[in-house]
Amino acid sequence: MTDTANSGPQPGRHLDIPKVTKDLIVTALIATAIFGSTIAFRTVSAAGGLRLEVRYDVAFYVIAAVVVGRLLLWLFFWSKPAGTSAVEMPTSIKSGVAKISAKVGKGFAPTMLIFALVFPFLPFTDRYLLDLSILILTYVMLGWGLNIVVGLAGLLDLGYVAFYAIGAYSYALLAQYFGFSFWMCLPLAGILAAFWGIILGFPVLRLRGDYLAIVTLAFGEIIRIVLLNWYQFTGGPDGLSGIPRPSFFGLEFTRREGGFADFFGLDYSSIHRIVFMYFLILALALLTNFVTNRLRRLPIGRAWEALREDEIACRSLGLNTTSVKLTAFAIGGMFAGFAGSFFATRQGFISPESFTFIESALILAIVVLGGMGSQVGVVIASIAMIGGFEIFREAEQFRMLIFGLAMVVIMIWRPRGLISTRIPSIFLKEKKAVSADMVAQGEGH
Amino acid sequence: MEELSCISAVFVSGGSLMEYFLQQLINGITLGSIYGLIAIGYTMVYGIIGMINFAHGDIFMVSSFIALIVITALGLTVSTGLGLTILALILVLVTSMVIASVFGWTTERLAYRPLRGSFRLAPLITAIGISIVLQNYIQITQGARVKPLQPLIENGYTLMTRADGFTVQLSNMQILIITVTIILMTIFSLIIAKTSLGRAQRACEQDRKMASLLGINVDRTISMTFVMGAALAAVAGLMFLLYYGVIDFFIGFVAGVKAFTAAVLGGIGSLPGAMLGGLVIGLIETFWSAYFSIEYKDVAAFSMLAIVLIFLPQGLLGKPEVEKV
Repeated sequence: MTDTANSGPQPGRHLDIPKVTKDLIVTALIATAIFGSTIAFRTVSAAGGLRLEVRYDVAFYVIAAVVVGRLLLWLFFWSKPAGTSAVEMPTSIKSGVAKISAKVGKGFAPTMLIFALVFPFLPFTDRYLLDLSILILTYVMLGWGLNIVVGLAGLLDLGYVAFYAIGAYSYALLAQYFGFSFWMCLPLAGILAAFWGIILGFPVLRLRGDYLAIVTLAFGEIIRIVLLNWYQFTGGPDGLSGIPRPSFFGLEFTRREGGFADFFGLDYSSIHRIVFMYFLILALALLTNFVTNRLRRLPIGRAWEALREDEIACRSLGLNTTSVKLTAFAIGGMFAGFAGSFFATRQGFISPESFTFIESALILAIVVLGGMGSQVGVVIASIAMIGGFEIFREAEQFRMLIFGLAMVVIMIWRPRGLISTRIPSIFLKEKKAVSADMVAQGEGH
Repeated sequence: MEELSCISAVFVSGGSLMEYFLQQLINGITLGSIYGLIAIGYTMVYGIIGMINFAHGDIFMVSSFIALIVITALGLTVSTGLGLTILALILVLVTSMVIASVFGWTTERLAYRPLRGSFRLAPLITAIGISIVLQNYIQITQGARVKPLQPLIENGYTLMTRADGFTVQLSNMQILIITVTIILMTIFSLIIAKTSLGRAQRACEQDRKMASLLGINVDRTISMTFVMGAALAAVAGLMFLLYYGVIDFFIGFVAGVKAFTAAVLGGIGSLPGAMLGGLVIGLIETFWSAYFSIEYKDVAAFSMLAIVLIFLPQGLLGKPEVEKV
């Protein structure tokens, strides 16, 4: 180690050997406490109780990896002379990057939209990619819906999945008990979810910040527990199956005569329905985006953003904060309801297992990692998170672990999200992007 | 499980319900002690940096696994003598407290400290991330199945016997849990009240900037708060393991939410409040499962949280928060 430090990987780097040694020893001790306890020993069931299984080798490799990783960090990142930040870029490069990204940013959204529209017809698109993009689009829609509540109105909602569940169960139950079609249920599911948004909104109006977050979390859990235990009505843990598929203006996606393929004179293919589903969720997501963008310019949208910045100021200016908050909950909930009934019709089967807290956390993570209030950010974050999730499909066991770690690392790397500039919704002469630090998004007033 | 037997007992009883009520009271206080110990971790951290340490429930879960590992390593069984068992349990407790503290300290260092001074949602997201990481880490390393532990401490005292044979039991286990909780609560209250560390913590709670200007090492104080919270969670972890005899990687989430409810109910930032809140939540949950339905006991606890926050946002022993413009 002395050798590396003296010659140094690059000139100008300085390594304080005693300090680094001490740090590495401390790291080794901590890693031993953490991994030595939980990896080296594992309790397994044996005859007459538990038995201990010992895996010193695995624990040793993990500890060694942590120490070596820390050493590498010291050598390559933290060895700059004191006073200069390790990751600082020169100003010229920084402004250059900003200019380029601004240019790219302008064309990004339309390019993405065009790509999304032609995607199903591209030569390399197969069933798997379509399914994956339907999933991504579902999360984009949920992210946009939650963005209204968290990004615009600044109300931190950890139980958003409850509205998603309400939408899904509304459709499944209405279809099961009354035989309603998807197109009839879609607005009903939205209305029901919005209604529940108001029901939840009323009691929590006085709460703010983390308290609001924890009550919405509790609400999400209550809905899930009720769905799980109300066996006669919701099927409990068995869920509901045989949920009908949507039709295209009355044309079913079946092989039968009078089906979609028959009507248009095409050869029947199961991919038709998938493509239809893809466009359905794309349309729903775009509707969410469109409505959000229009609402931002309406008085109610401005009231949301004002409420986010300062509730007391809002009240003293005569805004009815009750109705402002309730509309945010209701509209956010409504879009989750739409997404929920789409989810139900796509899966054909739903159970409370699909609506756990992890889903809420995932949607919130998409919104926050994308950069709250940024619509494009949600798209990027959804692609990164859900796509990343798929990449690690092989490592089934480690998938959630990697997901959690990624959440922590990205958050530390960019606390304000990937897209960290905000375009104000109203302006005097010219539109100027402001830094995210200037707005109070997610402060949860 | 024992709730089930109690439920069946209520049908047998019919007549005087006093004994049944007393039994539930004892069970509720035991459960409440466990929640109270976890709640202290939430309340201290919230008091000092104003964030919900979402991973705290999972530290509790990890510590109960560590306790299980040490118990298995020591080869403790019910046939071990009571004196030896208690000595061994002290060793188990100390080990799991130390290791849980390391977990707590590392969590703060890696996930929360880099985001100090950042906007409020950021540490909440990393906390959720850490919670996911801990759950899945334990699932991978220790397995996803529930881990059963044979009861180590048996017997107890029969306080009352009714004509139909229903007895009010105070088990040795319950005595142990309540005693340990009282002892540790006293020790930690003394640390907060009398030592320089406790003084520093209270100072940071009031005004972090001013405290640092007066020469208090704020980062260190916050780290120590996490360490103390994790150590108390480890106590709760061992108690939970001994009392229920089954643990899995998911126990931290529900216990965490309930303990947070307890912290809010008692008045966030207040130590006696957290203990009181824990007792109330434990009693509500026990009585709810005893008299109404077990399936909806979590709904009862969660609804309680909403009701408390709406009607009594400052909690039972908390100070009302005044918002200034």
